Amino acid sequence: MAIDILMPALSPTMEEGTISKWVKKEGDKVTTGDVIAEIETDKAIMEVEAVDDSIMGKILIPEGTVGVKVNTRIAVLLEEGEIAADIDRGAASVIPQPALGPVDHVAMPLASCSIPARPIAVSIADDSDIPRGTEMQMLTVREALRDAIAEEMRRDKNVFLMGEEVAQYQGAYKVSQGLLEEFGKRRVVDTPITEHAFAGLGVGAAFAGLRPIVEFMTFNFAMQAIDQIINSAAKTRYMSGGQMSASIVFRGPNGAAARVAAQHSQCYAAWYGHIPGLKVVAPYTAADAKGLLKTAIRDDNPIIFLENELLYSLQFEVPKLDDFMLPIGRARIHKIGSDVTIVAFGAGMRYAIEAVEELIKIGVDAELIDLRTIRPMDMSTIIESVKKTGRIVTIEEGFPQSSIGTEIATRVMQQAFDWLDAPVLTIAGKDVPMPYATNLEKIALPSVAEVLDAVKAVTYKS
Amino acid sequence: MAAKNQKISGEVMQESILSNAIKPPQPVEFTREEELRVYREMLLIRRFEEKAGQLYGMGLIGGFCHLYIGQEAVVVGVLKATKKGDQIITSYRDHGHMLAVGMSPRGVMAELMGRSSGFSKGKGGSMHMFSEEKSFYGGHGIVGAQVPLGTGLAFANSYRGNNSVSLTFFGDGAANQGQVYESFNMASLWKLPIIYVIENNQYAMGTSVARASAETDLSRRGLSFEIPGLVVDGMDVRAVKAAADEAVVWARGGKGPIILDMQTYRYRGHSMSDPAKYRSKEEVQRIRTEHDAIDQVRQRLLEKGWVIENDLKKIDKDVRAIVADAADFAQSDPEPDVSSLYTDILV
Repeated sequence: MAIDILMPALSPTMEEGTISKWVKKEGDKVTTGDVIAEIETDKAIMEVEAVDDSIMGKILIPEGTVGVKVNTRIAVLLEEGEIAADIDRGAASVIPQPALGPVDHVAMPLASCSIPARPIAVSIADDSDIPRGTEMQMLTVREALRDAIAEEMRRDKNVFLMGEEVAQYQGAYKVSQGLLEEFGKRRVVDTPITEHAFAGLGVGAAFAGLRPIVEFMTFNFAMQAIDQIINSAAKTRYMSGGQMSASIVFRGPNGAAARVAAQHSQCYAAWYGHIPGLKVVAPYTAADAKGLLKTAIRDDNPIIFLENELLYSLQFEVPKLDDFMLPIGRARIHKIGSDVTIVAFGAGMRYAIEAVEELIKIGVDAELIDLRTIRPMDMSTIIESVKKTGRIVTIEEGFPQSSIGTEIATRVMQQAFDWLDAPVLTIAGKDVPMPYATNLEKIALPSVAEVLDAVKAVTYKS
Repeated sequence: MAAKNQKISGEVMQESILSNAIKPPQPVEFTREEELRVYREMLLIRRFEEKAGQLYGMGLIGGFCHLYIGQEAVVVGVLKATKKGDQIITSYRDHGHMLAVGMSPRGVMAELMGRSSGFSKGKGGSMHMFSEEKSFYGGHGIVGAQVPLGTGLAFANSYRGNNSVSLTFFGDGAANQGQVYESFNMASLWKLPIIYVIENNQYAMGTSVARASAETDLSRRGLSFEIPGLVVDGMDVRAVKAAADEAVVWARGGKGPIILDMQTYRYRGHSMSDPAKYRSKEEVQRIRTEHDAIDQVRQRLLEKGWVIENDLKKIDKDVRAIVADAADFAQSDPEPDVSSLYTDILV
């Protein structure tokens, strides 16, 4: 019986990919274990292996095709004795082909789940920090981050990048792609998987005047290093009466990715936002990612730079400027509105943007603020907005207790009490460790529906 | 006690690091001037610490206060082997290190009392002082945390190719910390110029090395990272200096890290609030009588006829005057202005 080959899912977050090569051509004999095709995701080229002896009957999707959705029929294999004419009789059994692993045969790190292969264009409002008429280019967040690092490394020889898989592997999430080639192994340093000590080592190097960029494969693993981040990096300037400090950036993906369960799906914005002596940045757009990372690298303070795996492949307009920097500590009004203020940051912006579009349909004109920096928090932008709208809803993926949203709610209550026409509502992840099952994970995270319900509640439309 | 685990024997063996085969420190005789200098420096630390203990009892120093009394030979001897640019970093038992690198007793004492002229403007206290000028990188209150930091200082030296060495001090207690071994691994992997000085004073707070360590010979703790180690009589400042000389040559020569297991002893409790019931009075007394670092120098000076009692009394008087001046200065120094509460957090 003919066997369908379906486009395989090669990582937890992959939705589509490119068929980069058909290794087996129509009519070729296929033996178990043979590589049939190479599939390209955003991060790697993966091999697809045959699980049965057969003959390549028909290639349905030619090589070079991009944006092939997971589970699409891409080829049909024939068993001994079958002929191509047997194909399409509708009786083909379906066997998804397992992936072999990246072509370079380096095991994929546990957390290096992929991202949608095709960039998704997102439109945003004008940024007052970008001069009108500036030429723009479309870049993914991933490319913007890499460009920021590369530009700063070219500018200042004291800047170096260290972390797990940042050099030879080109970054577990490919943020550091090409940096080893340009800057060499002295300045792009692969570390052992020892977050605690390499974070401390980075802080020590910063005490000595270097400007390390320490990449955590994800911030989940930085929990091993949190003592060095807080006790050594954040507090030394104060404890030394201003004599010594660490100019250092700790960066990497933060928060939930997809289907990686509790230990790999946590937002640290509130954790680090709690600490005096740190600045905490959490960009959403590629332009913000680039402009803020460049500023962070030049900043003389320890910076926590929270990225998000699910944003890496999103594509945005980024100013084509020689030295594009954005101020840390300033929120960006993503959309101007008058009926309700919505505040979000990082991955939380995805729910907000979708909700804002839905709200327009029901006649609610929301003002959307992208916080961009968690600490210092730009309360004046929030307060000014609340004075205009009288209502505010916050969105984040982190846990609800002692969250960014509850912090904003407290300060709004203290600073704009008389302007509030409704209680502040805070949308957050549910108060549970992240579950694995698709359905549970979905409800553990915030949703657009929750945002819409909250906005309707504070605008008394429900 | 000291050097009981001595296993470094005579000859330079082949380059196999795993056999701990680096050239063992030969006993070096100090000149009269060297003896007098280390005598004075060690005595300054001891008298300073005694004064700090008194002031603590009077309520003028608060919080945790970890005295260095008994261990003076370690930092004084090690620093005799260093040169300008080499960095020093240590734990919270740090007053001796600060005095040894040349930070002013007034500034250290003022910090102990939480005064505005303290090295950290009164915001750091006993455990948190720094001096960029003297290449002293703290003063760290979390057990073992200074080890990755010191490794980072060595990384910076290697990155810059500046030929400086990081001297990273930690205790026998910290020697059981995981981050120490993560640091050993990277330091050896990248051949960083660092000397790990274990101040093995035999007790991690109240727990003896034998009760906390599966491998009690701490010089061997680097073996699985191909880091050589030496056991050193940390009560003999000449032995400390000789070992540090060897270690500095090793580290500066591009061979990577090396461990010095300094066998030493603290006479006081872990901190001021520790009655030290975990060891006998006789044990402490025996070491004070038979191994005291300062007494050893004193006896040599007298036996060799290099000084007479009166010379030593004069040194003692000078040192006491310095300490008294520091204490007076600190007591009259104002507390930090309340406006400084919110400064030095970010720039």
